[in-house]
Amino acid sequence: MDKSIHAFLSINKQGVLDQAEKADREIAEKGLSADRPLLGIPIAIKDVLAEKGAPLTCGSRLLRDFVSPYDATVVTQLKNAGALTFGRLNMDEFAMGSSTENSSVGPTCNPWDYSRIPGGSSGGSAASVVADECIASLGSDTGGSIRQPASLCGCVGLKPTYGRVSRYGLVAFASSLDQVGCNTKTVSDAATMLGVISGYDKRDSTSVPRSVPEYSAALQSSIKGMKIGLPKEYFVEGMQPEVASSIRQAVEKLEELGAEIVEVSLPHTEYAVACYYIIATAEASTNLARFDGIRYGYRVDGKNPFELYCATRGSGFGEEVKRRIILGTYVLSSGYYDAYYLKAQKVRSLIAGDFTKVFETVDALVTPTSPTTAWKLGEKMDDPLQMYLSDVCTLSSNLAGNCGISIPCGFTDNPTLPIGLQLLGPPFSEETLLKIAGDFEQATDWHCRKPVINNAGA
Amino acid sequence: MEYEIVIGLETHVQLKTRSKMWCGCVNQFGGEPNTHVCPVCLGFPGVLPVANEEALRLTVLTGMLLNCGLPKRAKFDRKNYFYPDASKNYQITQYDLPSTLKGCVEFESENKTCRVGITRAHLEEDVGKSSHFDRVSGVDFNRAGVPLLEIVSEPEITSVQMASDYLNELKTILIYGGISDCDMEKGMVRCDLNLSTRPVGQKELGKKVEIKNMNSFSGARKALTYEMNRQIKVLRNGGALIQETRRWDDAEGMTHSMRSKEMAHDYRYLPEPDLMPFEPETAWYDSIRESVVELPLARKRRYMKDYGLPPKDTETLVSNPSLAGYFEKAAEHSKKPKAVANLILNNLRACMSESNHSVDDLKIQPTHIHELVQLVDSGKINSRIAQEVFNAVYESGKSPQGIVEEKGLAQVSDSSTIDAFCDEVIKANPKSVEDFQAGKQNALNFLKGQVMRLSKGKANPALVGQVLEKRILNP
Repeated sequence: MDKSIHAFLSINKQGVLDQAEKADREIAEKGLSADRPLLGIPIAIKDVLAEKGAPLTCGSRLLRDFVSPYDATVVTQLKNAGALTFGRLNMDEFAMGSSTENSSVGPTCNPWDYSRIPGGSSGGSAASVVADECIASLGSDTGGSIRQPASLCGCVGLKPTYGRVSRYGLVAFASSLDQVGCNTKTVSDAATMLGVISGYDKRDSTSVPRSVPEYSAALQSSIKGMKIGLPKEYFVEGMQPEVASSIRQAVEKLEELGAEIVEVSLPHTEYAVACYYIIATAEASTNLARFDGIRYGYRVDGKNPFELYCATRGSGFGEEVKRRIILGTYVLSSGYYDAYYLKAQKVRSLIAGDFTKVFETVDALVTPTSPTTAWKLGEKMDDPLQMYLSDVCTLSSNLAGNCGISIPCGFTDNPTLPIGLQLLGPPFSEETLLKIAGDFEQATDWHCRKPVINNAGA
Repeated sequence: MEYEIVIGLETHVQLKTRSKMWCGCVNQFGGEPNTHVCPVCLGFPGVLPVANEEALRLTVLTGMLLNCGLPKRAKFDRKNYFYPDASKNYQITQYDLPSTLKGCVEFESENKTCRVGITRAHLEEDVGKSSHFDRVSGVDFNRAGVPLLEIVSEPEITSVQMASDYLNELKTILIYGGISDCDMEKGMVRCDLNLSTRPVGQKELGKKVEIKNMNSFSGARKALTYEMNRQIKVLRNGGALIQETRRWDDAEGMTHSMRSKEMAHDYRYLPEPDLMPFEPETAWYDSIRESVVELPLARKRRYMKDYGLPPKDTETLVSNPSLAGYFEKAAEHSKKPKAVANLILNNLRACMSESNHSVDDLKIQPTHIHELVQLVDSGKINSRIAQEVFNAVYESGKSPQGIVEEKGLAQVSDSSTIDAFCDEVIKANPKSVEDFQAGKQNALNFLKGQVMRLSKGKANPALVGQVLEKRILNP
């Protein structure tokens, strides 16, 4: 089936059958239990999260034969909850991209239209859930990499607050922005997944020691009386008209459900893309320095270490990764640091300040997830800037460390393509977001629509 | 024209922690290559560092021992450079907010008390070790991630001797504080040397030349001496120096240029995003302050004052903290601390080096030394027998008193016994008796020796001399 979507990079067939058999035995013997909420449930994992004994390629030629010797904390948590971890999902190389076209082994296709991209970088994570290839998946979100593909493929995509979920075992793209999250078919599933993967981890010094609430319980209550802000800066020029009208209708629906909608402003939003691409690339340039062909991974030999590095990294990394490493190296260079990196850090504080201020008056924000629906494969590949601008609605919340969720809120007509609604909240307000998303989901049927999957291959 | 040199030193010291800086791997010298490693210290994809609390504590303690200011806020940074021994191709270090601030070290050099400012002591990680074989190279990452403290001095050292004394004092302080074992042979201490030369009277510093990665103090001395002479020669000949990094070649005894200022690395520092900046609490600082120990210089002054020891003996004791501790226990109740020190510095050290024992291995206890000195002092045994008793106690750990009784080594001062020994010797050595009567003093010494031998060394030597003299000269 995956021939048409190409969401998976590898599948551990025997392993999953063994795990499934064990799960069946456990259910037969002990029945279901609350501390094993994912018992027997197949969950796929973005190929950027370490899973012991499984390939960990990050969609890169440089790690094409690399097998992880250890489990990421979230993978341990999934296994402890009884999940069947069986496959590794396609992605933009090292999570850099918005279309999954930067994967070294070719793109994933959008389940609604195989000639279109699924979004990215967690394209495989969203597409596999929508194509019913798994029940839920893990992804990572550095500037919208979970939410934007959720929007473009038509599923739920949750990016938790920075520090809510351990990053140990997540191959870093931009450490201060990366966060592990999930793609699911329903909001309730997202709540269950979040409950499993949340919590302080002593292996991740940036994770926050804070108790994990009963997320599923949040879905029981109603959003009546909640105040939801509509940030005017997010209704950008060039937004696809169908997206704009779907969002308007969704906002009306929220009002109908009892929420109070107020227009708000996040005045520094226009600097977010520039700020993001300085901080993200700066961190990426040092995070990716370790991929040098010395200790593991792909290697092209050279006469001396310098030549080995050049040959290995020159041919091992794809174009977009190299572009970002060069950009990041430049902004950190002596003489440029203050003008770029330091300035960007200041702008980042201003952007975070915008959110803090707004969240003094509203419980959450509602915005489009992506200004457009899924575009054609190849359409933006020659225009990196256009590609970067597709994340305009999502990346501010990574800069601020907030949480966000994308849920289906409509479709375009011809072709039929999903549209996503984004809800953003202050740090550790996942319960609020799940409550709003859950109420909206109950009141609509967008999440019930499914693409027809052609098994013959694209 | 006369020239003077200015030296600043950057000393890297491996901290004495059980585990490495960012992971749980053992911090231990040696081992088969790449056996003390894990995904974290090998820089595998996806891993994160977790700071070693003991290393943070030892850093602050070092700051306290070096009179450093302590910051309200500190953080870690990444220093980026590509090298095969760096598992992440960046080193985690402290750039602009280190764990300790300005301080100073006081020490004696060329009979003066000197003070050298400390710019900072910051925490970082060691790298792996490269080896080059016939056709391939290898890297051993056992050392990668070992906590490393970099202690930076101000450019206030004005001679090679002073640099050498500074380094030795620093090393002793760190051993005293339990910060590091400072075992040079295991590479636990390394330093970078900065040396510049200027005409006497000039205020600005000359062009700074850095000599990297010296792994012995004697090498540092040689490199500084060579570099000082080289720089002065260049200036004397009307040449100009440039700011550069040089490498010391021990075999040739020369420094060679590695790279000039223009070719210097751009380390592209950035705050380490995987570790949060931290604000140490006063209570934590206070708890560390309890571990502050007496510094070697203070101890030296105290030994000279309280025990009346000569400077040379004091230095030897103070430079070896465990031996100094042993001495203090032995001298605590002694009326003859000098005699205690002599036994420790001469007999004990000789036995220890011969049997390759450390202070912890010793059977002979400080109280035994005290007792032995008392036995001699009270005339119970003579000093020659004391040597024999010492050796027996060293071997067995039995009390000196017990050994004396067991072996019947008590000094014989009883006059009738001594008279009998003397008579026998006089009878057996008429020639020597004649010689002494003729005024040859040596002959008496010979006769004395004969009596001591007869008494198996136990006779009171002073008494023997008196008796012999009396009997020969006034028979």
